[in-house]
Amino acid sequence: MPTIAVWKFTSCDGCQLTLLDCEDELLPLADQVHIAHFLEVTGASEPGPYDISIVEGSVTTPEEAERIRWIREQSAMLVVVGACATSGGVQALRNFADVDEFRSIVYASPEHISALDTSTPISAHVAVDHELRGCPIDRGQLLEVITALLAGRAPDLPDTSVCTDCKRRGLTCVMVSRGTPCLGPVTHAGCGALCPAVDRGCYGCFGPMTRPNAPALVPLLKRTGMSDDELELVFRTFNANAEWT
Amino acid sequence: MTHRANRTLQVAGLARVEGEGALHVRTTGGRVDEVRLDIYEPPRFFEAFLRGRNFREPPDITARICGICPVAYQMSACQAIEDACGVRVGGQLRALRRLLYCGEWISSHALHVYLLHAPDFLGFPDGIALAAADRATVERGLRLKKAGNRIMDLVGGRAIHPVNVRVGGFYRVPAPEELRGLTGTLREALYDALATAEWVAGFEFPDLDVPHDLLALREDDGYPLDRGTPHVSTGIDFPVSEFGDHVVEHQVPHSTALHARLDDRVFLVGPLARYSLNSDRLSLIAREAAAAVGLGTVCRNPFKSIVVRAVEIVYAIEEALSIIDSYERPEVPCVEVHPRAGTGHGATEAPRGLLYHRYDLGADGRVLAADIVPPTAQNQTAIEDDVTRVVRAHQHLDDHALQSLCEQTIRNHDPCISCSAHFLDFSREGT
Repeated sequence: MPTIAVWKFTSCDGCQLTLLDCEDELLPLADQVHIAHFLEVTGASEPGPYDISIVEGSVTTPEEAERIRWIREQSAMLVVVGACATSGGVQALRNFADVDEFRSIVYASPEHISALDTSTPISAHVAVDHELRGCPIDRGQLLEVITALLAGRAPDLPDTSVCTDCKRRGLTCVMVSRGTPCLGPVTHAGCGALCPAVDRGCYGCFGPMTRPNAPALVPLLKRTGMSDDELELVFRTFNANAEWT
Repeated sequence: MTHRANRTLQVAGLARVEGEGALHVRTTGGRVDEVRLDIYEPPRFFEAFLRGRNFREPPDITARICGICPVAYQMSACQAIEDACGVRVGGQLRALRRLLYCGEWISSHALHVYLLHAPDFLGFPDGIALAAADRATVERGLRLKKAGNRIMDLVGGRAIHPVNVRVGGFYRVPAPEELRGLTGTLREALYDALATAEWVAGFEFPDLDVPHDLLALREDDGYPLDRGTPHVSTGIDFPVSEFGDHVVEHQVPHSTALHARLDDRVFLVGPLARYSLNSDRLSLIAREAAAAVGLGTVCRNPFKSIVVRAVEIVYAIEEALSIIDSYERPEVPCVEVHPRAGTGHGATEAPRGLLYHRYDLGADGRVLAADIVPPTAQNQTAIEDDVTRVVRAHQHLDDHALQSLCEQTIRNHDPCISCSAHFLDFSREGT
């Protein structure tokens, strides 16, 4: 049976939980693969090599930078999942700030905190085979990538914008019809347009699409009443370290 | 009785917990010298980068502290910010928040009971191995978990990091018929939950009776979830705004981890505390379920927390059904909230226990300072104390068996290390 290993780096655990949230598929999947490492689920941990490694989280400590190289060496396929692993995540907000100051705000004895000054995506350290976007990732996309790899085919992961998901779903554009600011036109597809479905503008948790045209979107966002400050905040949240322009 | 002179137990990576932690135990003769729960989860600096953000952002941002209990973070954040702005969300909007929270309790508790904790009692390394031996039971757990996620998908727009929650209420409120679509699933889930309580009550529980003070919210109209007044088993109450005066973090000589104390005493939050202080507030079926499995009105054995969680699943399903039954669509999806300078406090009952948020806001709505105290950070001292008691009482076990029992003792509290990491100090021996 093919071996799967699930690894956690700096993260909230939400993307690995997405695998456990596949309630109907979890046990059938467990019949098809051998779980060699998945600390949130089992204490049984086996040495490599692994056929598929799934990695959640970003690199924020020297130890993590070492560990990801070892995992890459041990893994035939490396799939990185979620905004932390693909862009550095919300903790990449430190990349724009003074980390010494951050340490002293949160910790009484900041000298004990061993953290890098930046939070970086896995691809900044090793080659990755597939990336799943999202904060968190989409359950359906996770199953797609796993079943595709098990079947030996390329996964179908569209790199268009949330707008395409939104149109397919038959939703009315929140920006055009209500003047609600929405990052959908520049945000990577995959969530199924969750925010417009609840009358909310997309806030970009899947990060930028391929070749986003943010300069064209910014004047539209300003027309909905967003200030320069608000514009900076909305692009600097869950995928702050990604290239939006 | 013989004791080996010196023993050191070391669990480098705790399994079946959320996040990254290690356990270190050292004994000399019959004496337990040191028990340390090390947190090596890297810090993420949430309190630091919340500074300067807009007051509408903390519910979405703090949700990312924990993928297992994002609703808890959203609810405590909303409550604290609304408190700072002088707004109180009530009526059907509050009921919807409570419904969403029920979804998280069901899902999080089902995950812990079936996949993380039950394997300890039954001698399996994990839920997958348990499923190989008893597939129908694990499938029941997954059905329950799915029922909770369905609530979060519908009310929250997404099960992990819901998109529909905002300061003041929601972006969109569902129509009554949408919610009624959940009724059938939840009625079936109620049977699964009752079967769960019966199943876990049949496990064998090591003896342990902890003397810790218990801290949980308490409120007039039901079991505490989305709001309430902090209440201590010693009989004292204090307003949420005084949380920081009572729960104080401090450094201890044997560890670099910060520990929290309640009025300078060891204390516990979570299901045991919640149940023991509020068993009289349970709904009818949940109360009957607790009685049927012999839980009593107070439970101080952490190994039995799995039974309390099962009863709380029953409660959350019953409460969800009741909210759906009397739901009327609010006229507006959220109440208007205007920023003002000031400080706000929020406390709700996350699945793992009381979760406190405080925000200082400027007049322009910027966050000036944030303080977040997650349940696992509060429980760390109590968890180490439990492990000490267990090691002392089970010296006759070999290293492997004792280590397993120690890990089970930690899992009793469903620790969420991802949550606590941004708050606790950070220490690690070796690499």
